[in-house]
Amino acid sequence: MKASIIVFPGSNCDRDIAVSIKKLTDIEPIMVWHKETSIPDSDLIVIPGGFTFGDYLRCGSIAANSPIMNDVIKKATDGLPTLGICNGFQILTESGLLPGTLIKNDCLSFLCKTVSIKVENNETNFSKKYKQNEVINIPIAHNEGNFFANEDTLKKIKDSNQITFKYCNQNGEVNNETNPNGSIENIAGITNEQGNVLGMMPHPERATCEITKLTDGENLFKSISEFLL
Amino acid sequence: MKLNVKIMPKNGVLDPQGKAIENSLSQLGFKKFSEIRQGKIIEIDIDADKDQAINIADEMCKKLLVNLIIEDYEIIFDREK
Repeated sequence: MKASIIVFPGSNCDRDIAVSIKKLTDIEPIMVWHKETSIPDSDLIVIPGGFTFGDYLRCGSIAANSPIMNDVIKKATDGLPTLGICNGFQILTESGLLPGTLIKNDCLSFLCKTVSIKVENNETNFSKKYKQNEVINIPIAHNEGNFFANEDTLKKIKDSNQITFKYCNQNGEVNNETNPNGSIENIAGITNEQGNVLGMMPHPERATCEITKLTDGENLFKSISEFLL
Repeated sequence: MKLNVKIMPKNGVLDPQGKAIENSLSQLGFKKFSEIRQGKIIEIDIDADKDQAINIADEMCKKLLVNLIIEDYEIIFDREK
């Protein structure tokens, strides 16, 4: 089992992801530089967080057009499990693999804190080790995490049960007060219609270590592992 | 052929930068203004005649420069040329 972690100039969560994957699964992480034109034989693609290309033009827009992305798009469209976290989520929307887009936080500030998110759909290959509606604590660190989609797109996302995570409080309440960044319907993570591509703003790889007292991200990696093995 | 691509947030899409500028101008005592929105202008020199340049710029917008979910664009020719 192998996972290709795509590394762009400005990626900064690539090694954290590799550590989490090594610790929690039997999947071997491989780092793939963005200038490569094909993904090595893999069972999973991960697009990590960071500030690729300095967030120039729009977050993720330049990375979404890197040489490796043609093969990422091809393989993800063919059904290969693909996970994008934070900037990786932005890259997935910019590349068209996920609907909608991510705009500036409505609070106008960079947010770096641990938030509660609710598992809205535990039937995805990324979330099956969680309970439905389980509330988990995962860090966020972003300036553009405000998920936006037009009405038609949002309807499709909801009708196809593509919302995986929503921002909430410790009691699982989803409302404006528990929405850190202005995301439509408190959306923190969505899948594509087929369910093999997940994008999420919170960082599960930053919640896989006892020392940080945050371990709620572990089940995401265990879910992927269980599905692949 | 020199041209500019003017990119603006679509109507109805939250523009936090415009809001921040609006707040700051209010604090400076400016009145009688509203609806500040911030966009961007990208200058490009395309080695082609005008019609071709428009087509090329349009393709550039759709492929990279503009996110049509949240932005509108306009191709404007540089008056100096």
